[in-house]
Amino acid sequence: MTTTTSAAQSFINVGERTNVTGSAKFRKLIEANDYQAALAVARQQVEAGAQIIDVNMDEGLLDSEKAMTTFLNMIASEPDISRVPVMIDSSKWTVIEAGLKCVQGKAIVNSISMKEGEAQFLEQARKVLRYGAAVVVMAFDEVGQADTIERKVSICERAYKLLTEKVGFPPEDIIFDPNIFAVATGIEEHNGYGLAFIEATRQIKEKMPLVHISGGVSNLSFSFRGNEPVREAMHAVFLYHAIKAGMDMGIVNAGQLALYDDIPAALRELCEDVILNRRDDGTDRLLEAAEQFKGGAAKKTEKDLKWRDASVPERLKHALVHGITDFIEVDTEAARLEADKPLHVIEGPLMAGMNVVGDLFGQGKMFLPQVVKSARVMKQAVAYLQPFLEAEKKASGLENKPAAGKVVMATVKGDVHDIGKNIVGVVLQCNNYEVIDLGVMVPAAKILEVARREKADIIGLSGLITPSLDEMCHVAAEMERQNFHVPLLIGGATTSRVHTAVKISPNYVKGQAIYVTDASRAVGVVSKLLSPTDAEGYVADIKAEYVKAREGYLRAELKKQRLPLKVARANPVAIDWASYTPPKPTFLGPKSFKSYDLAELVPYIDWTPFFQTWELAGRYPMILSDNKVGVEAKKLFADAQALLAQMVAEKWLTANAVIGFWPANGDGDDIRLFTDDKRKKPLATLHTLRQQIARNNKGPGGRERAHTALADFVAPLSSKKADYLGGFAVTTGIGEEAALEAHFKKTDDYGRIMMKALADRLAEAFAERMHARVRREFWGYAPEEKLTPDDLISEKYRGIRPAPGYPAQPDHTEKATLWSLMDVEHNAGITLTESYAMWPGSAVSGLYFAHPDSHYFGVGKVERDQVEDYAQRKGWSIAECERWLAPVLNYDPVAAREEAA
Amino acid sequence: MSHGKIRAALDDAASKRILIIDGAMGTMIQRHKLDEAGYRGTRFRGYHADVQGNNDLLVLTQPALIQQIHEDYLAAGADLIETNTFNAQRISMSDYGMDELSFEINVEAAKLARKAVDKWNKKTPDKQRFVVGAIGPTNRTASISPDVNNPGYRNTSFDELREIYKEQTRGLIEGGSDLIMIETIFDTLNAKAAGYAVLETYEEMGVDLPLMISGTITDRSGRTLSGQTTEAFWYSMRHLKPWAIGLNCALGAEAMRPYLAELSRIADTWVSAYPNAGLPNAMGEYDETPHEMACLIGPWAADGLVNIVGGCCGSTPDHIQHVREHVEKHKPRQRPVIEQKMRLSGLEPFVAG
Repeated sequence: MTTTTSAAQSFINVGERTNVTGSAKFRKLIEANDYQAALAVARQQVEAGAQIIDVNMDEGLLDSEKAMTTFLNMIASEPDISRVPVMIDSSKWTVIEAGLKCVQGKAIVNSISMKEGEAQFLEQARKVLRYGAAVVVMAFDEVGQADTIERKVSICERAYKLLTEKVGFPPEDIIFDPNIFAVATGIEEHNGYGLAFIEATRQIKEKMPLVHISGGVSNLSFSFRGNEPVREAMHAVFLYHAIKAGMDMGIVNAGQLALYDDIPAALRELCEDVILNRRDDGTDRLLEAAEQFKGGAAKKTEKDLKWRDASVPERLKHALVHGITDFIEVDTEAARLEADKPLHVIEGPLMAGMNVVGDLFGQGKMFLPQVVKSARVMKQAVAYLQPFLEAEKKASGLENKPAAGKVVMATVKGDVHDIGKNIVGVVLQCNNYEVIDLGVMVPAAKILEVARREKADIIGLSGLITPSLDEMCHVAAEMERQNFHVPLLIGGATTSRVHTAVKISPNYVKGQAIYVTDASRAVGVVSKLLSPTDAEGYVADIKAEYVKAREGYLRAELKKQRLPLKVARANPVAIDWASYTPPKPTFLGPKSFKSYDLAELVPYIDWTPFFQTWELAGRYPMILSDNKVGVEAKKLFADAQALLAQMVAEKWLTANAVIGFWPANGDGDDIRLFTDDKRKKPLATLHTLRQQIARNNKGPGGRERAHTALADFVAPLSSKKADYLGGFAVTTGIGEEAALEAHFKKTDDYGRIMMKALADRLAEAFAERMHARVRREFWGYAPEEKLTPDDLISEKYRGIRPAPGYPAQPDHTEKATLWSLMDVEHNAGITLTESYAMWPGSAVSGLYFAHPDSHYFGVGKVERDQVEDYAQRKGWSIAECERWLAPVLNYDPVAAREEAA
Repeated sequence: MSHGKIRAALDDAASKRILIIDGAMGTMIQRHKLDEAGYRGTRFRGYHADVQGNNDLLVLTQPALIQQIHEDYLAAGADLIETNTFNAQRISMSDYGMDELSFEINVEAAKLARKAVDKWNKKTPDKQRFVVGAIGPTNRTASISPDVNNPGYRNTSFDELREIYKEQTRGLIEGGSDLIMIETIFDTLNAKAAGYAVLETYEEMGVDLPLMISGTITDRSGRTLSGQTTEAFWYSMRHLKPWAIGLNCALGAEAMRPYLAELSRIADTWVSAYPNAGLPNAMGEYDETPHEMACLIGPWAADGLVNIVGGCCGSTPDHIQHVREHVEKHKPRQRPVIEQKMRLSGLEPFVAG
């Protein structure tokens, strides 16, 4: 089956048959008080694939409240019905409220509207929320039902605002019904109704992306009452287009949806002309043609049977796609006679047919209820073949051989789809594996309990719907926790190699999760996994392959997925400022340190990057005893020590630094600095960039990390806390050029590089040393800190010192602000080039943040919305901004401009 | 403390450490082997019916005893003390013909817990403890028929439950509760009525106390008595915006784990769990020792599944102390961010999209 997720797969089918206004049969049962038979109608709906059932008791002669209460109470006693949510459908509020008092689940109310004004709408919405239900809102206001696109959209927008702002209604629990009206009525104004719904749907979803769109589809074809083939065709065509526009829920007869592809092309085109209002004479043409399709009922059967003339595989495919069980045993038998082995029928024509079903489903041309029917056909075919498969096994003597291995299989909790799994089970059994099939909806605990008790060699999980993917991750994590080691096979329509590699596999390190493409591969995979000779290598290959897949995926993700700035901003680092007292630095403004003692810096040198400069990989000091590079590293280190001693003793280099502190407060993504502690006069503004990465990697705890900007680490203006920010610039490069000239020949590359590398290391050490002093003395928030240089290198202290131009703030130009604040040129002798590089090169600059939660991070790629925002804050043009942020743009600015032009 | 401050203080505490809720009241009362006269005290000496076993009545007749039990739990390290009001609403009290006492019992019970908590808060002002006004399930079910031959019949209704719960909530708040907790939920519809009542009462009294909700998974297939799965149960409760959601009673700690883990994954609020001290033995007694119970609950904390733990039936201050010692070194669970999707439920969850 395909793994595409399309709009049609997330389309929610609400069963419409338990509705006294829509179903005469149901009405008669309720009127006759025959609730048992009425329950059967509900059950059929659920079995046919309705994901929610609509219950409506609005009939003039009924006591609607009582009927609603009784029927919902009866449903509550039928687990196979009450497993799905209920849609409480009435035009009377009292009936809705009576219904809400009977359901323990979270239901949908259908519907409320602003028909009687805002006050009543708000009151009812508040009650719906308090009862704990989602709500359908009709596009209906004081004036009447919305018929034009503009009215539909504006009423929904008004209702949305009231619901979300005044009631606090969750937007995702709002379902708009923008009114489906009858088309092709002969009245010209009605011709645009179909298109109006579709277009309104598109606009509503664009403006309010979290809401849902629903509608009663059968209204559309009202003028064709009595002509079922045409009505069905109109519904299928309408849904096909409306779903593409964003309609994601519909009240439909779950058992009776026509296939878009099945509608005769001529009729389909006529329907599309009418629904999409493509030509003025569309209605006339459809009316004219309608008669010829009306005879459909009789003609249809005739035509229906034509498929019986096709080849056996074609017949099987047709039966699967159309959910027809009438001939399935005959056809399966025919296929069996044509095949070498009964197993080949499954692996061949039946699987081929199911693949077509999967493709159609993926393309939005089949709906879930139809897929459920296909599954039924498939099951029946497999059941028919079962005795032949057994006999075959017996004949080949496999039966008496001990099983080749034991596989525990299950469809995971929350999922009921099991065809794929059943097929795998059959195929494995035919190959002499013992299969313990736990069925559907199996919780992790049970799967693992059985696996342990039965000493399973392999566990197999299956699932078709997307939430099953999460559940599989959960099972994997549980296997890890419970110390399992056996392989975990993953299969089913929504599963994929990438998902298995990226999401499932990392949860289960003690064993290996393996994606199995389809049933035909299962035997190969299982036999390799259980082979004493091949298993190890096979698992190692998979492991390597998945690591690659994971890396590729993450790389691609990093490139692609960004959140809107607004969304990222809503998720800053959450610091509890109320309970935090920012420490005050011992002085404000800049302070200069000239000709700092080099000897004091030597213990702060981080040697690992020094070796990296020489392309020796490894951590200091382990690198000195490394098998491969240890000898070289030791020599290099000895040379470096000797040269360093000389540089320090003879003062080849001059070390200067300037540090400063200012009253500061965060303001959105900016940091405002003030001249003094009164915080009235602004001094400068430092700008920061915010992470926009869209993370899908919520851990097992579902934890989402913040979208960080450096500004988050300073108490915001709104906190009224007197916070501070520090800055620094240090260099150990003054005199470097002269020393190079004086002590090394032009050709002595080794010596020259060595000295430059050491000067760089000293500059970093200087930054480290000053940071330590800032923490202990100058800002003084960690006077007791006693860390060894090793601890410093691994950043075990409080506070950070990020540098402009580095991952936490990729914009080099921020250095300019720092330079003017601290008069760095004068105070430390470091200048900035036109591209904001520091001169001398052995220099480090940055900001100091003191909050214990401040940490290093990478902003990563940013989107155009942040570029626009940042440009405005910096007073730049967009082009200028794009130039400075070029390395972190998540788009091609040239292409973007061309597109705009 | 003002109500805003209670919520802030609770959030602050819950984000820093795993909080401890107290253990069983009934088990502790049983130890005192009160006879009929003991239950009646002086006030109900001539009462027309037997009242032995009406534990909630003891807040009126044996207040010192109840306060002492609260204090024993505080001494064991409990942060959250539940009022002795599990059955203190009209439906349950009517079994003793004491419906009219319901309001008074709630007020007095909250006052007793308040006194005990205030006494300990005074001792250690840096560590605040809280009074949790407890609301039980009643002995009726709004979504299950008591008559197998008449599945549409009910012996209570949403409206009746809402009324009795409103009265109970008002009493608990007047007596000084810091939080309200709807607990031991085996029928979600009862809990929805209770939730409705609590929010309505808040609105009427102009308060906004944090609300805790704790369901009961009664069988090993992972469902409530009324048939909902853990996830479906959460979707039915979520609109009440509880400060914490959790599980209690029924299964012991070991069997509760998978459902707790599930709740922990899907609930974007704090998560609580206070299981029974194992399962009752043939004699109806709970014999999981404090150490055994703590060894089962400790890993929940280590795995980041919980924010609030404690004990239900069969647990004692000794259990609570052991549990506290086993969890206090672990970081509390962080609340996950859950994708905004329409999440409905019948007996099973349904997530749109």
